[in-house]
Amino acid sequence: MPKLSPTMEEGQVSRWLKKEGDKVSMGEPLAEIDTDKATMEMQALSEGVLRKILVNEGESAPLGQPIAIVGELDEDISALLSQVKAPVESTKAETAKPREAPSVAQPQQAPAPATSTDGKRAAGGRMLVSPIAARMAAEAGINLTSLQGSGPGGRIVKRDIEEAMSTKAVPAKAPSALRPMPAPRPAMKGEVYGPSAYRDEPVSEMRRAIARRLITSLGPVPHFFLTTEIDMERAADMRRSLNELYPDAKLSINDVIIKVTSAALIQHPQVNASFQDKTVRYYEHADIGVAVATENGLITPVVRAADMKSLFDIAAEVRELAERARARKLKLEEYTGASFSISNLGMFGIDEFTAVINPPEGAILAIGAMTPKPVVKDGEIAIRQMMRVTMSCDHRVIDGATGAQFLQTFKQILENPVYLFLNQ
Amino acid sequence: MAVLTIRDALNAALREELARDPDVFLMGEEVAEYQGAYKVTRGLLEEFGPKRVIDTPITELGFAGLGVGAAMAGLRPIVEFMTFNFSILATDQIINSAAKMLYMSGGQVKIPIVFRGPGGSAYQVSSQHSQALESWYAYFPGLKVVMPSTAADAKGLLKSAIRDDDPVIFIEQERMYGMKGEVPDDGDFTIPLGVAEVKREGTDATIVARSLMVPLALKAAEELEKDGVSCEVIDPRTIRPLDIETIVESVKKTNRVVIAEESHPFCGVGAEISTEIQERAFDYLDAPVRRVSGADVPMPYAKSLENLALPGVEQIAAAVREVAYI
Repeated sequence: MPKLSPTMEEGQVSRWLKKEGDKVSMGEPLAEIDTDKATMEMQALSEGVLRKILVNEGESAPLGQPIAIVGELDEDISALLSQVKAPVESTKAETAKPREAPSVAQPQQAPAPATSTDGKRAAGGRMLVSPIAARMAAEAGINLTSLQGSGPGGRIVKRDIEEAMSTKAVPAKAPSALRPMPAPRPAMKGEVYGPSAYRDEPVSEMRRAIARRLITSLGPVPHFFLTTEIDMERAADMRRSLNELYPDAKLSINDVIIKVTSAALIQHPQVNASFQDKTVRYYEHADIGVAVATENGLITPVVRAADMKSLFDIAAEVRELAERARARKLKLEEYTGASFSISNLGMFGIDEFTAVINPPEGAILAIGAMTPKPVVKDGEIAIRQMMRVTMSCDHRVIDGATGAQFLQTFKQILENPVYLFLNQ
Repeated sequence: MAVLTIRDALNAALREELARDPDVFLMGEEVAEYQGAYKVTRGLLEEFGPKRVIDTPITELGFAGLGVGAAMAGLRPIVEFMTFNFSILATDQIINSAAKMLYMSGGQVKIPIVFRGPGGSAYQVSSQHSQALESWYAYFPGLKVVMPSTAADAKGLLKSAIRDDDPVIFIEQERMYGMKGEVPDDGDFTIPLGVAEVKREGTDATIVARSLMVPLALKAAEELEKDGVSCEVIDPRTIRPLDIETIVESVKKTNRVVIAEESHPFCGVGAEISTEIQERAFDYLDAPVRRVSGADVPMPYAKSLENLALPGVEQIAAAVREVAYI
């Protein structure tokens, strides 16, 4: 059973795409595996014939457990079979230790025991990196453990490093009160963004002390919460008029909130950050995780570089990601590695709530319902569309004032959304 | 530029060098009256006479030794083996005499001799007559080994081999004698030994191929281009001295290598090139160096099995896809 998501510990064979006796070539889909997050295709790591299926459809297996044998058509697999059988049975009985490695000599992540002659076998537990990939990663300061290799046996190869490097782009500027929006480059339309680039800064002694102390008080991630109320009149107007101009865009208030969040995050890089034990990671772009409720539970697809995208682009992207999230068709990189998340329960009539941070992100914004309320405006009582938001912050990276300043900017832009069109 | 078959390009090189230098002479089985078993020496007896173009008995050890002696005495013999399979009989003269003499005489006695003829597979001539022996000869210090893959290379390299003061093993390919290519008309056209040629430029993977594998590698490169994989094809042309720098430079650019050869894999030239690459360019590799070789069995007689024993375009393309991870 290969590792198909970073948090996966076991997988369920949803469907075998090949029958016993079928020929398979390297890279060809062998089976569909239900992981904790999505249904993934498992590919064959070597060429041969699918000799034996060990884990049937609907059955689960822990990582590293043999689930099938691929070999030569006439190869004698009886020894391999008897070797495999014992640990399979023992893991059934011994469910307390599902990750106990079976005694079959084979890599933890390989989908099937390699044939004895193909030489592509990885040593158990070792990270596989091609020499040039290792060198490029060292030169670019890329942490290899953060990557998932696309080569055979999970080998990290040159293209994986190139992909990781392609996201290094716009350097973050020093923060100020309300800086102009970065003008989107003309060539940017339709550009595909990978996970945001970032810089790691060493954790200062003071920050370390804060982290040490706070972590003991409120669980592994020391949360604190900031709530503010926002006048949504203008944002709602803007959304309405944009939808009148472009009905196909089907812009939602949530899309506006995503865009405003990204604009505010670029102004407050301290909030677009995550605690990494020895470093604090500051992201250059706002990769916004958008919580989507599905039948199977919560998943947060990521809108990459929302700061660089137009409202319409964001609307289209969120709609498409949410559809695929519900169909469980999201790829791993599409729901991991956000720099900040948004959870909106407004459509359920929730006035306000607190959301739990999705580590290692530094914060999450909980959006309540937009409701007409009486407010004092210019000394008189007026009815306005009001919305309450609560930000959960990881106190190891974000202090109260830092979070409050971000929220202030967020509120300011949302109450004056025309800001989004500066420099456009 | 004239378009010639490799056979005629070799013939032109022999004719021009026989005409250019009276010390050059040619001998071997059927080279004179019969004009060569593969007609490479056509017309030479008529033009240069029986003192310069000499038929020998079927005695490889004997006439190879005669050639080495003539070279020691100051002549420049060209010894044709009907095929290199028969050179096996002459290896004592080639390896113990020709390759060692300059060294053992303290640099006093040079051996300017060329041993030439076809090597590798032909058409259903079975186990004893289909052997690629380049790794044998390349193994010994003192011998140069040349394997052309085009008409121009055949002519330019053979002329250089004849003019070279060291013993040169010049291995042609029977299946390639009829292949045509442009050849410069210049009578003084030569190609230096020890210089590889990039036969096709590319960025994603390097295919190192020699002799018969060069046209197949170029065909594979064409097919891979359709899949968006750009292949560089390098022909070392001279196996020893090997132009490893050109290969390493290419690997540094593409990060992936496939070595195609019709010889057996074990202890073959591909194994040597592979070692050189990992020693000199380890940090540039994105995948293990991959060899595509002839089967590790004696060449079968049956046509179907013979085809299976030889690398083809498909195997080369498949190996490139493997190292390029597609």
